[in-house]
Amino acid sequence: MSKIKIVNLQKSFGDFTAVKNSNLTINDKEFFVLLGPSGCGKTTTLRMIAGLELPTSGEIYLGDEEVGMLRASERDIAFVFQLFALYPHMNVKNNLSFPLKMQGYSRSEIKTRVEEAAKLLRIDHILNSNISSLSGGDRQRVALGRALVRRPKAFLMDEPLGTLDAEFRELMCLELKKLHMDIGATTVYVTHDQLEAMSLADRIAVMDGGEILQADEPSVIYNKPATKFVASFIGSPGMNFISIDQGISNEQSTLNIEGTNFNIPKQYEISKGKKNSFGIRPENLSLTNEDGLKGSVFGVEYLGSRKIVTVKTNFGEIKVKTDISTSVKINENVQVKPSNDNIIIFDGETDKSLKSEFMN
Amino acid sequence: MDTSRSYLEPSSFSKKLAATIIIIYTVITLIPISWMVMTSFKNVNSAISYPPEVLFEPSLEGYVNLFTNRSRQSQEYLDSLPAPETWYEELVRSREMVITGPSKFLGRYSNSMIIGFGSTFASVFLGALAAYAFSRFRVPLKDDLLFFILSTRMFPPIAVAVPIFIMYRKLGLGDTHLGMIILYTVVNLSLAVWLLKGFMDEIPKEYEEAAMIDGYSRLQAFFKVVLPQAMTGIAATAIFCMIFSWNEYAFAVLLTQFNAQTAPPFIPTIIGEGGLDWPAIGAGTTLFLLPVMIFTIILRKHLLRGITFGAVRK
Repeated sequence: MSKIKIVNLQKSFGDFTAVKNSNLTINDKEFFVLLGPSGCGKTTTLRMIAGLELPTSGEIYLGDEEVGMLRASERDIAFVFQLFALYPHMNVKNNLSFPLKMQGYSRSEIKTRVEEAAKLLRIDHILNSNISSLSGGDRQRVALGRALVRRPKAFLMDEPLGTLDAEFRELMCLELKKLHMDIGATTVYVTHDQLEAMSLADRIAVMDGGEILQADEPSVIYNKPATKFVASFIGSPGMNFISIDQGISNEQSTLNIEGTNFNIPKQYEISKGKKNSFGIRPENLSLTNEDGLKGSVFGVEYLGSRKIVTVKTNFGEIKVKTDISTSVKINENVQVKPSNDNIIIFDGETDKSLKSEFMN
Repeated sequence: MDTSRSYLEPSSFSKKLAATIIIIYTVITLIPISWMVMTSFKNVNSAISYPPEVLFEPSLEGYVNLFTNRSRQSQEYLDSLPAPETWYEELVRSREMVITGPSKFLGRYSNSMIIGFGSTFASVFLGALAAYAFSRFRVPLKDDLLFFILSTRMFPPIAVAVPIFIMYRKLGLGDTHLGMIILYTVVNLSLAVWLLKGFMDEIPKEYEEAAMIDGYSRLQAFFKVVLPQAMTGIAATAIFCMIFSWNEYAFAVLLTQFNAQTAPPFIPTIIGEGGLDWPAIGAGTTLFLLPVMIFTIILRKHLLRGITFGAVRK
């Protein structure tokens, strides 16, 4: 197992830059998730680490070795494809032993390793089956098994659960997590599903437009997003943004919006311009009758244990996660107020969050 | 009345109708072939008797005549010879002839085999490599090249017979196995490239990527993973190429005489005493039919087997 480091990595396809000047360090034995919407460059980054694409510029280190321009076969990594890519003309056992045959292991060693992986993934009873007779879950397990038998330096996974049904995906998510704890392999996992990312990752890198916006632990990504995009992409529903037409100064700790003063965490940074955003997550807002932003109820969604109330204000729709006991009617006039200091100011020019007492 | 039925399952009437049409068509198609096979087992007289004999005493005379050269002799000379040692000598003697040696048929037949299978293998092999490259890589001028390859089939090949004849004479390729293999490969290649490219496009590139990550080079991945997936296309292409080069007549007449003459120009030259030796021609064409038939039957299972089914979730 190895740590993976990418330095100033860039990839262009003609005029289109898929990955812009990216830097990342993935620690040994870490479960690292690349998260972002489709077309953000996460798969391209993964494919460059695998050697399936060659970088336009930059370096990739696997352990201490620079592998950027090496062929995929020379990198000693395993890749799990979204579409599994199991060899249809071979049965399960041959699929599992295919990578080992190339590396010249003895028959008995191959047999031992295949059986070991099969046992771990609970597919030992289907070793002689044809790929076409397997269920989606079993195919996924075989694909994982084919990666496991090699004992590679790192596992790369490209949305491996993307094609499974929701119910099954949850189960496989748990299995993956357990598998990772059992074997402790460095894993890079690509997904566009934030729930998958949150539940699997030791650390997450959020990507958009070919750039890595933030790479950190899930709780930090969620609570202290580095940019407006991260804040809106993570969380369901995403963060609320209220546009404010005023600059932020150092040490500022209140903000006047529509005549009402709101306490904000003490700011440590001066905003670049006069147009900024006030960001707050739905669960940090509450509905009141006074001292808040005025609006009217636009919609109410029941989530079982919580309710999401959408309030129409002069600043657009604001979503509030409330207690199930809250009862409001559509078109009822309400006010929205932060219930704690979990507030982030985003600089209007850079879209980055400003440093504050909360964000430090 | 319940008139509902599945869109996928045809009604029993249309199934019966389809079966009837297929049976009638099969019978019509098989008549000339069975006629040919029957003729090959007739003797010289019954082959041309009128009305034609449907029931007859089978004879191997056609096959004996096909494989031997014979000369007619006087009865005194035949009497002076020692008794015939084999059944076929006896058969020939009864026609007042002696066997003077083996005919050229076997040589022509093996020429056909060498050239047919050789050019089929070359066409499919080169075609698969080219199709793979066109399917996977960014080839400069890809569309133009593909069109150029297709354009080589826009005229009948025989239209370039004269330049090819001159080129082959200068290159010393005339009447050689290699020359004929090259020629048939050139003619078949455009078909092979286009057919196989379609099949290669259907194979997800993840297969060879998976193999390359598993430690195989691209070429190894091509042979171990892509080719087995493309078996259906390879089988279909091989059959087309084989049928063309096996049947080809015009170039064979023009370019081959002794060394590399194939069976098609040879069979019509089987002329017996005082007229065409129909049983021998029947025997020649029957034997000529067999290899392509066997080849197609062997490859048929690959045409029918959907080997990529269910391997990738789409």
